[in-house]
Amino acid sequence: MDNTFARCEDLVFSYDDESRDVLCDVSLSFKRGEFTAVLGHNGCGKSTFAKHLNAILLPCGGSVYVDGIDTKDEERLYDIRQRVGMVFQNPDNQIVATIVEEDVAFALENLGVPPEEIRERVDEALKSVGMYKYRMHSPHQLSGGQKQRVAIAGIIAMRPECIVLDEPTAMLDPIGRREVLKTVKRLNREYGITIILITHYMEEAAMCGRVIVMDKGKVLLDDVPKEVFSKVELLKSVGLDVPQVTELVYELNKYGLGLDQHIITEEECTEALIKLLS
Amino acid sequence: MAVLKTENLSYVYSPGSPFEKTAVDNVNIEIEKGEFVGIIGHTGSGKSTLIQHFNGLLKPTSGKIYLNGKDIWEDKTQIRQVRFKVGLVFQYPEYQIFEETVYKDIAFGPKNMGLSKEETDRRVRATAEAVGLSEGELFKSPFELSGGQKRRVAIAGVMAMEPEVLILDEPTAGLDPKGRDLILEQIKKYHRTFGTTILLVSHSMEDVARYASKILVMNESKLFCYDETAKVFERAEEISQMGLSVPQITRVFNELKSRGIDLGEEVYTVKFAKELLVDILKKRGKLHD
Repeated sequence: MDNTFARCEDLVFSYDDESRDVLCDVSLSFKRGEFTAVLGHNGCGKSTFAKHLNAILLPCGGSVYVDGIDTKDEERLYDIRQRVGMVFQNPDNQIVATIVEEDVAFALENLGVPPEEIRERVDEALKSVGMYKYRMHSPHQLSGGQKQRVAIAGIIAMRPECIVLDEPTAMLDPIGRREVLKTVKRLNREYGITIILITHYMEEAAMCGRVIVMDKGKVLLDDVPKEVFSKVELLKSVGLDVPQVTELVYELNKYGLGLDQHIITEEECTEALIKLLS
Repeated sequence: MAVLKTENLSYVYSPGSPFEKTAVDNVNIEIEKGEFVGIIGHTGSGKSTLIQHFNGLLKPTSGKIYLNGKDIWEDKTQIRQVRFKVGLVFQYPEYQIFEETVYKDIAFGPKNMGLSKEETDRRVRATAEAVGLSEGELFKSPFELSGGQKRRVAIAGVMAMEPEVLILDEPTAGLDPKGRDLILEQIKKYHRTFGTTILLVSHSMEDVARYASKILVMNESKLFCYDETAKVFERAEEISQMGLSVPQITRVFNELKSRGIDLGEEVYTVKFAKELLVDILKKRGKLHD
């Protein structure tokens, strides 16, 4: 079977009130089980792109296929949304119920899933994000990271194949960020869920399998993190950063030290510095 | 003299109820005039409650706060004056914009202070420039601007009151790296030009390390420490245990130290790391100019 989960071909999009194309000829595909980060400054089109993956937005030109379904096929809208779930930036805007487990059950109730099965799926979803023991809590008693995990559980309960997260950690403190990332990584590893993570944190992108950099509605780079982050000048020119360790290597190489510009983790940097100083 | 000083400051939410919670516990601190202070602490550590005391939004359950040596609650009728002197920019301040034009929004504070039209005009223009808003943008509706621009309008509105102390609660939350650097650079420039005392609340240790000369750490309602940036990062391990993250570069140099390579300095910015390494390599003759 074809291993491609989602694919877009020459995707073009513009909002009604603007003449400029927000997305111009974007062609990308995502494999099942892939963990991809999407980077780009505000306004580069990355959120607009993400919203095409579960038919919140429809292409003005080109096509998007999710699990072989054309997103323009209105009759298959539920099939698409069931396969691709989205998590947004602000946890408070995504929680509708007054009890955690009711919130997770919300979509299932709407889909008319039988009660026994709802119970089962909700429990499983809450366990998978480590929030089972909070199932009877009221969402306002939770921290931002916990709320974000509840939002993710609501999607897991739908048993999607893919989760698109649009800056899920932007409003969280370091503990909340760590919790959410750990959860997302586990869902990818243990359940094989395809993850597309939009982020401004370069360290988060560095741990993904693939990094896509967008600029002005186009795909600028699409490669493994090591290759993407080695292009320090290009990234800075489009308003992005690189991890601190990569930046240090880049700065040192200006002195002709010839260090490996593919260093993106603390461990690699530590080893390189030990060699340099010994 | 300290511009802000607290004496045994404590604050208890809902005292006497089952929800009673001590949010600030016996904090004693003195912040010198003109300092650039980073305030860190994880969610629930008491840092937001603490900063709301600095301009009298909250009244201490016990203890005192002094602004320029004067107890701010000594005369309740003067608390309005305190709020003009200590400006507080909340998180996501762009949600508080309400005026028809950028100009009017920035002018709101100075007008409330009863300043003349000319003085208000001078301040609006000066602060708009400080945050990088152009003349043309002044007469636009704030709602036509981008998120980052709106935030700068909101910050300018507090700066226009020319407070002696400017407190910013996570001014860069949700911005991309470029937007973040732009705002922080503008705050730094403003600090240099006006000599205003700056208190910057942030979750980003990288940002705090780059801009603050002193750091205040809150942990479990208590003041964990208030010291020079380098001194605070010497306690990286304790800070990590609190659930705060120290900059990536600091973690690398701490690891080097634990493996027997002690460079004798606390490293918390990339720039400093580079300079330190280049210096050492030159001394060892491994690098020539």
